[in-house]
Amino acid sequence: MRAWIKNRNIFIGLSITVALIFIAAFAPQVAPHDPTEINPMVRLQPPSKEYPFGTDHMGRCILSRIVFGSRISLLVGVVVISGSLLIGIVLGTISGYFGGLADDLIMRLVDGFLAIPSMFLALALAGTLGPGMFNLMMALIAVEWTSYARVVRGSILTVKEQEFVEAARGLGASDLYILVHHIMPNILSPIIVIATLGIGYAILAAAGLSFLGFGVQPPTPEWGSMLDDGRLFMRKAPYIMIFPGLAIMITVLAFNFLGDGLRDELDPRFRKEIPH
Amino acid sequence: MLGYIFKRVLLIIPALLFVSMVSFSMAYLAPGDPAEILLMSPEGSPSPEAIDAFRVRMGLDQPIHIQYLRWLEKVLHGDLGYSFISERPVADAITNSFKATLKLSLVSMIVSIVVSIPLGILAAIKHNTMIDDLCRLGALIGVSIPNFWQAFLLILLFSVHLDWLPVAGYGGGDIEHMILPAITLGTSSAAVTTRLMRSSLLEALSQDYIITARAKGLPERIVIGKHAIKNALIPVVTMLGLNLGFLLNGAVVTEWVFGWPGIGDLVVDSIYQRDFTMIQGSILFIAVIFVTLNLLVDISYTYLNPRIRYESVD
Repeated sequence: MRAWIKNRNIFIGLSITVALIFIAAFAPQVAPHDPTEINPMVRLQPPSKEYPFGTDHMGRCILSRIVFGSRISLLVGVVVISGSLLIGIVLGTISGYFGGLADDLIMRLVDGFLAIPSMFLALALAGTLGPGMFNLMMALIAVEWTSYARVVRGSILTVKEQEFVEAARGLGASDLYILVHHIMPNILSPIIVIATLGIGYAILAAAGLSFLGFGVQPPTPEWGSMLDDGRLFMRKAPYIMIFPGLAIMITVLAFNFLGDGLRDELDPRFRKEIPH
Repeated sequence: MLGYIFKRVLLIIPALLFVSMVSFSMAYLAPGDPAEILLMSPEGSPSPEAIDAFRVRMGLDQPIHIQYLRWLEKVLHGDLGYSFISERPVADAITNSFKATLKLSLVSMIVSIVVSIPLGILAAIKHNTMIDDLCRLGALIGVSIPNFWQAFLLILLFSVHLDWLPVAGYGGGDIEHMILPAITLGTSSAAVTTRLMRSSLLEALSQDYIITARAKGLPERIVIGKHAIKNALIPVVTMLGLNLGFLLNGAVVTEWVFGWPGIGDLVVDSIYQRDFTMIQGSILFIAVIFVTLNLLVDISYTYLNPRIRYESVD
């Protein structure tokens, strides 16, 4: 644990993530204004004491919208990764542990999903299912779950042949017991790493789809759709686009820092090969 | 080796069959009746006769599995049907926009190589210094920056403030119109390649033959330039093929923001217009390109790195 704190990437990533969770949890207290309050008197105001990040074309406080937007982005990131993990772990375990026909079928399904570039698949699904946060999350789960299934399957295939698993089986342990007590602890590390990086990716992709108009709908404050709102006022009021974009980048960066740091600490191969 | 390639090629068939089903079902995932939505006009809902006539014309009156098989048969003959909106052949629209995407992707690739290889080498040589830290931070920012936001920052600086480059558009495909989208599109791939070049060179530098070369008294310039970099480039070059996949993903938003008439822009527009034949065709086309690309990368990788040949095909 001490090594984790010493790892600079983990420290930076974790600090920003904790701050973000705090902002999201206490959004009503942190935000200076109501994020959806329309005030035509203060349209397109540049940053000031009253509105630190300025106001948008409807006179809404951009800082407050960003603060509340953190709730949406973190929620989408966590739900997408939890859903993908659930599907990935179940299918990956069946595939890796039991093998045979189930393995073939699941792996062909994974190949099928991976055959379409992820952004195209997510876009086509989110676009045809119709706008909305639920459909957006479904579309992103559809592109994310495959990597978890593959990692889980691959890890199980290597762990399964180890002597301690053979020994447990020899002692009469059931499949479920072996999976839960011997295999799961050993495949936890790679899963934690890709899940952390995955949250960042999901937040980035969700913002992109919302920017295109296929995700979270107005007036809900969402970072990607705030950028879309600002496009028309780019010349007059560039701050409408600058701050939400910065928020997305910092958030994604935090999860990437964290994921990279965790990989250095958890994956012994990386510790040896890539010195820091 | 041949057996591996054969097995690898064979596995493409079920994947593409799955893709064809997914692309085909796009039209049915959408809420509402496509015929009714498409015929909706400012004067109100279309008459039932008009809807029926449209269904028959577009083949929408058949049971779904028949529609799929008919579509698949046509697709296999290279016929992707006609756009619901413009009624021009889908295949033509896709080929035209893919040319634009390919052009932009190649320029992005060049931008990304020119930036990433020297930076990766620099970071590895200056390992554990401030320069290394900056390169790594830059690479991490490169994968974290939203491309639509980066596009906006570039437009704001180079088009609005400095007035050096056009804001958006194709402009006959000249280089001025390509610079900003190419930088936007190339950034994430440059970031990934920088990291790979760095770690690959660091690994190469820790190998025995480098120690031998140094022990022989070869100057550092030759040790790094001739021995280490040459070997370190192998995984980087094979990764460049995979980077084309990255570029395809990035093309969705980048092309749309810059109004670059590529396949990403085509898909976004078709979804806005609910042009289902166009969506089906483009997704299928993109998947075929993507799968072929991955196959070539895999084969070249196997060729360059014999160790992988003994592992199973997964």
